[in-house]
Amino acid sequence: MANKVLVLGEVRDGVLRNVSFEAVAAAKQIADGGEVVGVLLGDSVTQLANELITYGADRVVTVEHPHLKAYTSDGYSQAFLAVYEQEKPEGVVFGHTSLGKDLSPKLASKLKSGLISDVTEIEGSGEDAVFVRPIYSGKAFEKVKIKDGVIFVTIRPNNIKPLDKNASLTGDVASISVDVQNLRTIIKDVVRKATTGVDLSEAKVVVAGGRGVKSSEGFEPLKELANLLGGAVGASRGACDADYCDYSLQIGQTGKVVTPDLYIAAGISGAIQHLAGMSNSKVIVAINKDPEANIFKVADYGIVGDLFEVIPMLIEEFKALKVNS
Amino acid sequence: MNIFVLVKRTFDTEEKIVIANGKIQEDGAEFIINPYDEYAIEEAIQVRDAKGGKVTVVTIGGEDAEKQLRTALAMGADEAVLINTEDDLDELDQYSAAIILAEYLKDKEVDLILAGNVAIDGGTGQVGPRVADLLGINYVTTITDLEIDGTNVKIVRDIEGDSEVIETSLPLLVTAQQGLNEPRYPSLPGIMKAKKKPLAELELDDLDLDEDDVEVKIEIVDIFLPPQKAAGRVLEGELSQQVKELVNLLHSEAKVV
Repeated sequence: MANKVLVLGEVRDGVLRNVSFEAVAAAKQIADGGEVVGVLLGDSVTQLANELITYGADRVVTVEHPHLKAYTSDGYSQAFLAVYEQEKPEGVVFGHTSLGKDLSPKLASKLKSGLISDVTEIEGSGEDAVFVRPIYSGKAFEKVKIKDGVIFVTIRPNNIKPLDKNASLTGDVASISVDVQNLRTIIKDVVRKATTGVDLSEAKVVVAGGRGVKSSEGFEPLKELANLLGGAVGASRGACDADYCDYSLQIGQTGKVVTPDLYIAAGISGAIQHLAGMSNSKVIVAINKDPEANIFKVADYGIVGDLFEVIPMLIEEFKALKVNS
Repeated sequence: MNIFVLVKRTFDTEEKIVIANGKIQEDGAEFIINPYDEYAIEEAIQVRDAKGGKVTVVTIGGEDAEKQLRTALAMGADEAVLINTEDDLDELDQYSAAIILAEYLKDKEVDLILAGNVAIDGGTGQVGPRVADLLGINYVTTITDLEIDGTNVKIVRDIEGDSEVIETSLPLLVTAQQGLNEPRYPSLPGIMKAKKKPLAELELDDLDLDEDDVEVKIEIVDIFLPPQKAAGRVLEGELSQQVKELVNLLHSEAKVV
């Protein structure tokens, strides 16, 4: 049976995040021929509606209000629920991002519904869809479904392929007006700390350092490599505990779980807790002086050597590759 | 200040996962307080020490979870509550856990509730925000700094590597992110004292809930381990040659750059 599915388009720095296009693809599968409706919330977002349509949304509903300029769970839940009440969908898809993780449980609670968080794969479609998600930080997986009520899921960035962009697609864009009020949270400031400007959870390439990096300055060549490859810098717990970098960079069972196309582990021994956070990456490269290091067991390619020799050479080789291709 | 901490007993992070008969095997596994909940307990103790009041740790589980509650008491929490669902419920999901916790908390005149931002087993991060919503109080997730002045609260929260500075007020639920503090180890006197601290045990009946109120919304169809990765290739030869080969492999074979 065809379902109507709402997708929250997430806007960051004025542009739609890639995970929103992945969410449209997920919604298509849940909709099973039904309608996919994009939802955009913000102070000025209507101009982004068409892009969501070119990635497969059938139409878009926007709510614009000065109180939606910055995300708050109060503001966004009021606006999203207004759209939900109007559309009465059978499914809802969010990205499993900072925003999605914060907002989705509140909405699920208000809707008295189940919520399947952090989906990496969808099997089947429509009512029969079964959702695959990691448990124990990726040491195992479960397949789950919603027993009854709205099919509400958040999808992990970088796992579900977006549909190809088709600029000729068109669809209706409507706005509804919501009196967003009583925000209990005031955002005073946002301090940018991400080292390369690329979000770790969405990065296609992650260059991560461990204790072998030896100091905060030691992260500089890793940053340079990450920048060159359009990726983000991560770290092991060891590096964070030793104060070489901020905890926000930590990858592992405590910390972020990432699944980039390419994960370069430099000076990381590969404790089981770290492996839980990155072993589902598509291609893993390990660089470590110790040939016995555990990280080589999960690596597709390994180089036994000093990262301070290897990384600069890698940077030169990638630069050469870029020039030649 | 009336402070509550929501905690969960989880597998030790060192544990490998073994599945038999479609279930994760717990025999012989070591259990710990969910690491993110440890930050929540530590923060609760620090707030109480600065502002006065009482810290109560609450968990849902079976008899086995008493051990983790005693550990929290040994760290410095004042009281513990075990909501024992072992006899009443076969399964629990985030929807049902939140209803149980909110039902317990609703008449407690709560000032501050702390929880981990995610449990390292189920990994949904839903229960904290759901509880706050059911109680009608505000929440802030993944916090790395907390300052309380009267009923005003200033918070720094981690948003995918960036930091958001937030102002809000009590009553409030917050979920702890790494970097919030350095959780203490229980001291020997702490462990001795913990044995005498109150640990109450409740069942669904005591909360005026019956099984229908907390029927799960999610069905687990299957649990499986990820496919074992085939052993990779450790490159050989001169280091500069290895690097050239690696870049070549990533470009031509793996096609990731």
